Amino acid sequence: MSEDILKLLLESFFKILIPGLTVTIPLTLIAFFLAMIIAVFTAMIQYAKVPVLRQAARFYIWVIRGTPLLVQLYVVFFGLPSIGIKVEAFPAAVAVFAVNEGAYCAETMRAAIESVPAGQLEAGYCVGMNYAQIMMRIVLPQAFRTAFPPLFNSLIGMVKDTSLAANITVAEMFFATQRIAGRTYQFMALYLELALIYLIFSTVLTRVQAYGEKRLNSYGGSRN
Amino acid sequence: MSVLEIQNLHKSFDGNVVLDGVSLAVEKGDVVSVLGPSGSGKTTFLRCINFLEKADSGTLIFAGETLDLSSVSRRQIHAVRMRTGFVFQNYNLFLNKTALQNVTEGLIIARRTDRKTAEEKGMRMLEKVGMADRADYYPSQLSGGQQQRVAIARALATDPEIIYFDEPTSALDPELIGEVLAVMRQLAEEGMTMLVVTHEMGFARNVSSHSIFMENGKIVEQGPSREFFSNPKMERTREFLRMEENRDLLDSHASRQ
Repeated sequence: MSEDILKLLLESFFKILIPGLTVTIPLTLIAFFLAMIIAVFTAMIQYAKVPVLRQAARFYIWVIRGTPLLVQLYVVFFGLPSIGIKVEAFPAAVAVFAVNEGAYCAETMRAAIESVPAGQLEAGYCVGMNYAQIMMRIVLPQAFRTAFPPLFNSLIGMVKDTSLAANITVAEMFFATQRIAGRTYQFMALYLELALIYLIFSTVLTRVQAYGEKRLNSYGGSRN
Repeated sequence: MSVLEIQNLHKSFDGNVVLDGVSLAVEKGDVVSVLGPSGSGKTTFLRCINFLEKADSGTLIFAGETLDLSSVSRRQIHAVRMRTGFVFQNYNLFLNKTALQNVTEGLIIARRTDRKTAEEKGMRMLEKVGMADRADYYPSQLSGGQQQRVAIARALATDPEIIYFDEPTSALDPELIGEVLAVMRQLAEEGMTMLVVTHEMGFARNVSSHSIFMENGKIVEQGPSREFFSNPKMERTREFLRMEENRDLLDSHASRQ
């Protein structure tokens, strides 16, 4: 009996890991990259107090943070086709995760940008730099350093949240595991195995974060 | 001809009058100290003439061009800032840049100077303030006095017509004030035009060519420093100078113990 389970676990390990490497990770990376672009723009619009766009940014964050991720996935994948817009599962997932994560990361970035002392902006003006130059070269680099740990937090969270994409037929790790479990009825063993693989992914990311923070600190040291 | 002339500058914050018609002319090579109790409007005055605060009304004549302070354009502001330097009370060095990068940033980015020329000039400026050996240090690795000297090098690097100093030594530990004042004295001797908001009576008396006493948003008295200190005309100025003298005496007593 336990030998059978061991055999199943070994066999299923790669069947779960491979969709992890080919679907979960690409989905996470592409969506997070897009989320970062959305986040920086949304944060800067608010920081610069651009009229109209600023209200639009607040509205976007309000709606996205106020509704469940799973519901957003369903609206895009099952809802849009009913009004004539058909989206493939993977791109739908990328879009939803990017827009969803973008709203949270926008708030992280806004806080980080606002934490850069106003004197940095003033000093930039006084040496003749314009707003865009100061943002790109002085304020945003400092904000990114502050935002790095919480953004990484979001990234790690997102790796695990991608399991929700199984609900809209994206064949990622959770989806693969469900199929094996449905066939073999070894729910406990298989879902623990899946949990372990997620844990491995998260552990790698945690290491990357630690390395990244060390690199960021090595130039400049602690701020006072 | 004046490098800088300010006429009738007014500024209030929420109905609270901070500057009540300040007028001032600075000639080339002048070193002008602005003295006064806290809350007298000295710092706001300096920030208004470099547009870090928006003045309610007033005229700024800079390098021959006349600007209405209540309605300057972004382009006009930029043009003035390209030809002035500003040294802040809390240094405001770019925290993500080394000392040298702090000095070259305004050259490479704002003035499109090529990197090599900018770095050579940056090193010369750091040498001038005695910070060349710390060129690759980040602000967080420098003492307050060192940071302020780098900030002075940064202001110098862009060849300004005038440098504004906003209480450049007020945030420093007492033992670090001397090194910054020494750099400022050297600049003054080299003929740099400077407008200095300060509490350093020694600097005002011995280094600056002119001194101004401000209170409640108005200039109470101004004149050549020698006269200003030896023979102040206004009773209020005399009172202020006496108070500052006592404070200096107390300070030197305290530091001797």
